[in-house]
Amino acid sequence: MSVNQVSVFLENKPGTLNKLTEVLATNKINIRALSLAETSEFGIVRMIVNDVFEAVNVLKENNFVAILTPVLAYAIADEAGYLNALLKNFSDAQVNIEYMYAFAGRERAYMIFRVNDTKKAEALLNGNGLKSLTQEDIAAV
Amino acid sequence: MANYFQPEIECAPLEKIRALQNELLPKQVRRVWENVPYYRKKMEAHGVTPDDIKSIDDMHKLPFMSKADLREAYPYGLLAVPLKDCVRIQSTSGTTGKRVIIFYTQHDIDLWNDCTARAIVAAGGTKDDVCQVSYGYGLFTGGAGLDGGSHKVGCLTVPTSSGNTERQIMFIMDLHATILCCTPSYAAYIGETFKEMGYKPEDIPLKAGIFGAEAWSEEMRRDIEKTLGIKAYDIYGLTEISGPGVSFECAEQRGMHINEDHFLAEIIDPDTGEVLPEGTQGELVFTSLDKEAFPLIRYRTRDICTLTREKCSCGRTHVRMTKPKGRSDDMLIIRGVNVFPSQIETVLMNNGYAANYQIIVGRVNNTDTFEVKVEMTPDMFTDNLGEIQARRKVLEDGLRAMLGIKAKVTLVAPKSITRSEGKAVRVIDNRKI
Repeated sequence: MSVNQVSVFLENKPGTLNKLTEVLATNKINIRALSLAETSEFGIVRMIVNDVFEAVNVLKENNFVAILTPVLAYAIADEAGYLNALLKNFSDAQVNIEYMYAFAGRERAYMIFRVNDTKKAEALLNGNGLKSLTQEDIAAV
Repeated sequence: MANYFQPEIECAPLEKIRALQNELLPKQVRRVWENVPYYRKKMEAHGVTPDDIKSIDDMHKLPFMSKADLREAYPYGLLAVPLKDCVRIQSTSGTTGKRVIIFYTQHDIDLWNDCTARAIVAAGGTKDDVCQVSYGYGLFTGGAGLDGGSHKVGCLTVPTSSGNTERQIMFIMDLHATILCCTPSYAAYIGETFKEMGYKPEDIPLKAGIFGAEAWSEEMRRDIEKTLGIKAYDIYGLTEISGPGVSFECAEQRGMHINEDHFLAEIIDPDTGEVLPEGTQGELVFTSLDKEAFPLIRYRTRDICTLTREKCSCGRTHVRMTKPKGRSDDMLIIRGVNVFPSQIETVLMNNGYAANYQIIVGRVNNTDTFEVKVEMTPDMFTDNLGEIQARRKVLEDGLRAMLGIKAKVTLVAPKSITRSEGKAVRVIDNRKI
């Protein structure tokens, strides 16, 4: 199962990211993971949050352009070598990663991947016994 | 030394000019009435016939023409001669992508070239000069207009067209070009390039420049004059009326003499259409008195300026106009090219976007900067930076195809474009002109 990531357009200038976090804070939305991709003029914020639909709604109400993007999330042991082992599965299955980011939880580490064909990648990786996390899994982390 | 190309008319007493105009205008009005159904219909609707036009004092009875008429009559609807008598067209971009096409007979080309020849001679040009025409050649009237005038004067004409600045400089240096014709921003750019290459003004053989097709300030003039070591002359015109050379500056550099034997000028109140007295600022209106193929009667230029008949010490008697101070419509002139906000709207709509945009024009190093801010929409947004850049590029390419010049598209947050009284501010012009 893929996980919904919230992707938001931001202008690359002081204060824009803070405006976004303010909207989320006001609406009591918790950010579990966040990554920021930028060009000189604009950026894309990618977030895993506890309530994706509510997040997109409140962001739209506040004039942000926000969409949901399916990503794959995997939990691995927070120890040396585990990311390497996980990525070997991607290599073997010839799955191209568009981007990824990661965060460490209390017990395990969580890896978020954006690939071009989520369903196909998930099926290929599943064949190797890798089970991706569901929306509920990631919300419960 | 007085520099005239056709002194008998350039310095003719006002009565003589008036007599000529009074002779030409009724004839021209009758000719369009008889040959152009579009004009006839328009004049009938206005309740006026050629019999009502006995002299230029009857001008005000005639209806105005505007760019909308040109669009409606596109392409042949305003032709006043059989197509077989035409030898050339020139063209300019119009609103919403429709171009304006102007036809010329050989007579029309000749009178146009006389006008640009007058401008070149007023700038000190003689047959001993080498005249480099760095205006664009092609549909744009700049290249063809000055080229023809340069031939008439007998200068050695160097048709470099615009662009390839190092080659421009090579020709100026190797052929000892003495007169440069181009847009003022390109002249400034050539000047900067000379400087970067280590040339001093005294190393440069140029003595005069004839610059037009876009607005430029007195500061910019002094700047160009200093960098290139020349005297810089302004020239004005519009494709609809023939092209550059409708008016030109003399050595006094105090307004541009309108070639009144060919083009009759009026100043009107842009709101009421009422003719304003000399010395009052208003919209410039032209009537071509003796063009054959595409004679426009009372054509509204949308340029705001002032006319004066104060005696000019150069000896020319033709009325002088100030540099246009602005426009009575929303047209912008960017890098010499006419840009209407509606054209940008069209490109956005054609690409499936809402018309939420803002044009920001500025000037850096004497060259116009042109940015179009477009509000990001859910349709345009994806999670992929490369994809967004590609979509932005599609818009930039679309604008280039529509306008002929490059615009930088910047994507901005939704609802971030300034709105005053609920209405979006579409144009911010930061140029100090």
